[in-house]
Amino acid sequence: MNFITATNISIRFLRVWQRNLIVYRENWKISFVPPALEPFFYLLAFGVGLSALVGTIHYEGSEISYLVFIAPALIAINIMNNAFFENTYASFVRMYYQKTFDAMMATPLSLPEIITGEIVWGATKSVIATVIMLAVISLFGLIHYPEGLLIIPLAFIGGIAFGSIGMIFTAMVGNIELFNLPVFLFITPMFLFSGTFFPLETLPMWAQHVALLLPLTHIVNLTRSLSLGIMDASLLPGFCYFVISCLIFFPLAIHKMHRRLIK
Amino acid sequence: MNGAQKKIAEKLPVNPVIDAKNLRKIFGDLVAVNNISFQVFPGECLGILGPNGAGKTSTIRMIYGFSPMTGGTLKVFGLDVTQEARQIKARIGVCQQENALDPDLRVQQNLEVFARYFDMPPGEARSQAQQLLKFMALDHRKDARATELSGGMMRRLVLARALINRPELLILDEPTTGLDPQSRHLVWERLGELQAKGLSILLSTHNMDEAARLCDRLIIMDHGRILVEGKPLELVRQYAGRDVIEIAEPDQQLRSLVLSRNVQHEDLGHRLIIYVDDGNALFREISKDYCKEGCIMRMASLEDVFLKLTGRDLRE
Repeated sequence: MNFITATNISIRFLRVWQRNLIVYRENWKISFVPPALEPFFYLLAFGVGLSALVGTIHYEGSEISYLVFIAPALIAINIMNNAFFENTYASFVRMYYQKTFDAMMATPLSLPEIITGEIVWGATKSVIATVIMLAVISLFGLIHYPEGLLIIPLAFIGGIAFGSIGMIFTAMVGNIELFNLPVFLFITPMFLFSGTFFPLETLPMWAQHVALLLPLTHIVNLTRSLSLGIMDASLLPGFCYFVISCLIFFPLAIHKMHRRLIK
Repeated sequence: MNGAQKKIAEKLPVNPVIDAKNLRKIFGDLVAVNNISFQVFPGECLGILGPNGAGKTSTIRMIYGFSPMTGGTLKVFGLDVTQEARQIKARIGVCQQENALDPDLRVQQNLEVFARYFDMPPGEARSQAQQLLKFMALDHRKDARATELSGGMMRRLVLARALINRPELLILDEPTTGLDPQSRHLVWERLGELQAKGLSILLSTHNMDEAARLCDRLIIMDHGRILVEGKPLELVRQYAGRDVIEIAEPDQQLRSLVLSRNVQHEDLGHRLIIYVDDGNALFREISKDYCKEGCIMRMASLEDVFLKLTGRDLRE
C-alpha cells in the first residue's frame, strides 16, 4: 500500500473544500430545506402517530418517551446520509462526469488533498445538517443541553468516517448505478437495524452482535446518550470506534482513489 | 506576463524549460512512450504532432505530473518532476484535451476558484480573472453558467483558466480540436501574442495549419517514438520538397513516366502524388498528356510530411 502518498497533504485541501462551499452557497436555500423539514415529518409520523401505540421505551435503565428515543436517531441517520451520499454520488459526478479532479490535478493541488477536501466537505455537510436538525428538534424540547452540543463535533468525526467509506466505494464503482449496491446492502439495513427506531435489545442476540459492528449503531448510541444528557465512560467505546474507523478508512480512501486516478 | 518575461530573461538561454531524456511510459503491455528525448527552450513553441495513440497525451501528462513516468528523467524549469511536482505545477498552465470546466460554477467563478487552487489572494484572483475574460473575448458572458457556453467559448475559457496563474510555460493538448474557424483563429492569435511576450509553449495537435502557424519547432511522433524533429518549413523541404502534384485515376503510362523520371512519389491506386522541388515543367507535361480525371499542383505542406512519415492507415 502506498501510504506515503497520504502524507502529501497540506492545508491546501481547504481550497477544494472552499470550491464545494461556493457551489453549496449558490443553492443554500434549497440545501437547507431537507434537514429542517425532515425532523418535522419524522417526529410527526413516528412520534405522534406511532408513539400512541408504543408508549414509552425502556432505555439505559429509565423510561423515555418514543419521541425522545427516536429524535437523536434522526440526527444520527443524517450524519451518515449526508457524508455518505456526498462522497458517493456527488463526488463521483465531479470525478467521472465533470472531470473536476483532473482539472485540479493540473494545479499545485495533490490528489490526496483533493480527496481530503472532498471528505472534509462531506463531513461539513453532516455538521450543517446536524446543526439545523438540532435547532428544530430543540424546539420540541427533546435535546438536553449543554451535552447536546457535543453532537456537533461528533457529526464531524462521524462524517469523516462515513464519507471515507463512501469515497472507497466511489474509487471502486465503474458507473454511478452501482452505488445502489452499497446503499441497499449497507445504508438501508443500518438505517433500520442500528437501534434507530427500536431498541437493539428487542433483536435476537446474534443480530445484536452484528449491529454492534455497524457504524450507525455507535453514532446512534452516542447521539442518544448526549441528547439525554448522559456523559460518562459508556461513551468511550463508541468514540474509539469512530476514531479507529477514521484512521482505517480515510487513508484507505486516498489509497484507492490514487489507484483509480493516477495512471 | 511581464513577470514570466523577466524570469526568462534572467535565465541563461541554454537552460531548457523542459528537458526530457529517455522518457518512457508503459501501461500494462502497451509502451505508450518509448524512450523519447526532447527539450523546450525559453520563449519557444514546440509542437508535438502525431496520429491518435502516438503518445502525445501520455508525454504531456507526464510533464505536468498527472501521470507518473515509467523511466527516464524529466526536468521542468530544472526541477525534477518526480520530486517537485507541486512547485512545477505552480508555474505552468495546462489546457487539457477535455475541457473539464466546472459546470457548477459561473464563467468568472471558474477562473476565480481556479486561481484559489494556486493560493492567489481573492482580490488578485478577481482582477486577473476579469483581465483574462477580456483577453479571451468572454467578458460579456462572465455570469453565464460554464455549461451554457458554446464549444468555442468553452475552449477560450479553458485557455483563460490555464493562464490564471501567469504561467511561464503553457501546455496545450489539442487546443483547437473541434472548434469553429472563428474561435480557432482567435485562439491562434492570442497564443501568438502570448508567445511574443516570451511565454514558452508545448503544444500537441493534429491540425497541421496550427502546427505550421504557431510552432518554432516540431516533433512528429508515432507509436511512442519520435520520428523526426525540426523547424516546420525545413521538415516540409526535407520530406516533401516544394511542389506536390496530385493526379486522380492515374493510368499505366503516367506510372511509367513517373518511374522513368525517378521522382519521389506515392501511388495510392486511385491517386498518384508526386513530390518535387520544382514541379512546373513536370506539371505542364502531365496536365497536357496524362491528366484524364483531374490533376493539380500545390505547395508542399506539413500534412504531406505527416502522412508520408506516419502512413495513411487509419488509427484506432
